[in-house]
Amino acid sequence: MDKDAGSMERIFNYGAGAIVTKSIGLNPREGYPNPTVVELEFGILNAMGLPNPSIEKFGDEIKKLKKFNIPIIGSIFGSNSKEFTELAKKMETFGVTAIELNMSCPHAKGYGLEIGSDPKLVKEITYNVKESTSIPVFVKISPNLPSVTEIAKSAESGNADGIVAINTVKAMKIDLDLKIPVLSNKVGGYSGKAIKPIGVRCVYEISQNVDIPVIGVGGITTGEDALEYIMAGASAIQIGSGIYYRGLDIFKKICDELEIWMKDHGHKNLSELIGVAHI
Amino acid sequence: MNYPSVTKITETTKENSDVKTLFFEYPKKIIPGQFFMIWIPGIDEIPMSASYFNSSIKAITFKRIGDATKALFELKKGDKIGVRGPYGNGFKVNGTRILFVGGGTGIATIAPSVKEAISKNISSTVILGVKNKNELFFENRIKKYGADVHISTDDGSKGHKGFATDLAKKLLEEKKFNSVLTCGPEIMMKKLLEISDGIHFQASLERYMKCGFGICGQCCVDKGLRVCVEGPVFDGITLKNIEDFGIFKRDATGRKVRF
Ligand SMILES: Cc1cc2nc3c(=O)[nH]c(=O)nc-3n(C[C@H](O)[C@H](O)[C@H](O)COP(=O)(O)O)c2cc1C
Ligand code: FES
Repeated sequence: MDKDAGSMERIFNYGAGAIVTKSIGLNPREGYPNPTVVELEFGILNAMGLPNPSIEKFGDEIKKLKKFNIPIIGSIFGSNSKEFTELAKKMETFGVTAIELNMSCPHAKGYGLEIGSDPKLVKEITYNVKESTSIPVFVKISPNLPSVTEIAKSAESGNADGIVAINTVKAMKIDLDLKIPVLSNKVGGYSGKAIKPIGVRCVYEISQNVDIPVIGVGGITTGEDALEYIMAGASAIQIGSGIYYRGLDIFKKICDELEIWMKDHGHKNLSELIGVAHI
Repeated sequence: MNYPSVTKITETTKENSDVKTLFFEYPKKIIPGQFFMIWIPGIDEIPMSASYFNSSIKAITFKRIGDATKALFELKKGDKIGVRGPYGNGFKVNGTRILFVGGGTGIATIAPSVKEAISKNISSTVILGVKNKNELFFENRIKKYGADVHISTDDGSKGHKGFATDLAKKLLEEKKFNSVLTCGPEIMMKKLLEISDGIHFQASLERYMKCGFGICGQCCVDKGLRVCVEGPVFDGITLKNIEDFGIFKRDATGRKVRF
């Protein structure tokens, strides 16, 4: 629901505060053949393969949205500094509010995690994007790393304005009847309920070690899930798979649940709770 | 759960030189107009509406066009496919007099709703529109249900010569219908919507799909209407607001392409 203007407008009207676009690259990509998404017992497994219409074509969608004053975070993926910079500049011209660098997609050759696991590259790309744009730049990182802290610190030293954690967890499902992996790409990324504890741990570790804000994502479906991320150190949260688990109005539901919890527990301001779990 | 169940093909029927029906065991409840995601292992997974169903057996009917349908066409009794669903909303089959219009493989999608209409004692008139008589299928089956069947072929090799919409226009002028149900090329359905003014209208749309359960956004039209969840059947009022209806669809990359 993050690919076209109409869908993003619909999500916004269901109470989201901002919208992160589908990750966009320089050239059109069809993505992998199906099956690309399946539901498993405790989460969702996908290997879309970064399908996107190209930055050129995506401009139309953003321009349509600008009319409604919807804050848009433009997600981009490239294979080097030059590509990321070019994409970021274009996103800025389209009028996005901030940019998210996808350095964490676990299933695309030459992109995502393959870039995002190299601390030097993460710093260099972030630095170059920051130098060539004047809007906030967030770096989205993967949980599939020996040290999420190291990569988050690299992004910070490249002047990132925030860290987004986490992207999907690298995973596989084998079909017993056919004795083959169900995804056409074999390997995919796991999201949804099952990965929440992984995301919470990553946010906790990162926020302890960087001074820039952390945006929490991974398996959030309720206000209580959001609170866990906030207590771990997240200043904001994103929702993906939750749309499937609780419907498009999940944004409104979570806001209501947060309000009730705050009232019941005598808190006035969510910001009082950011990172309280660090003792 | 939205995970494919592997099932064996129990029977195949060749409907014409390029159209085939595959029957398989899949004991889930379904209503006319809903669809499955059909996994052809090693090839692809594609949305396909149910062309026939009873409580335990379901079927799909398709024309060999792309890699996936060509591979499906080669499958034999006993071969395995993965099935998930049913997905989508399906047709609301009610009223007293329905005009059904099936164009090309859209005939497969409307057939179960004709059956349901007749079982509810709804007077059913059906137009089957194809390019030429060799492409026709399901004529006898739909006649057997008890519907009043009209054929239209572009080249006049059988029945009315010309577009199915011209024949529909004629029938709409002759008789009073209180509902139009259609599936076929979108340009045909758009024209049909224009000439069905004031009559309750439902059309089943086809879009490139990936998840089928509303999370990937691949199939969205207009303001985030997911063809796999809020569709594939949309009513006339909704369709009039879908700017792209009959004009554009999105390809696998998400770019808009003309029909
Ligand atoms: C179908 C699907 C498509 C996704 N596409 C992208 C993408 O294009 N770029 C990206 O950075 N993350 C992508 N993600 C990852 C999500 O943004 C998110 O990081 C992850 O799913 C964990 O959050 P969740 O459990 O709330 O879904 C995708 C996830 C899913 C399920
Ligand atoms: S196919 Fe994924 S949302 Fe419809």
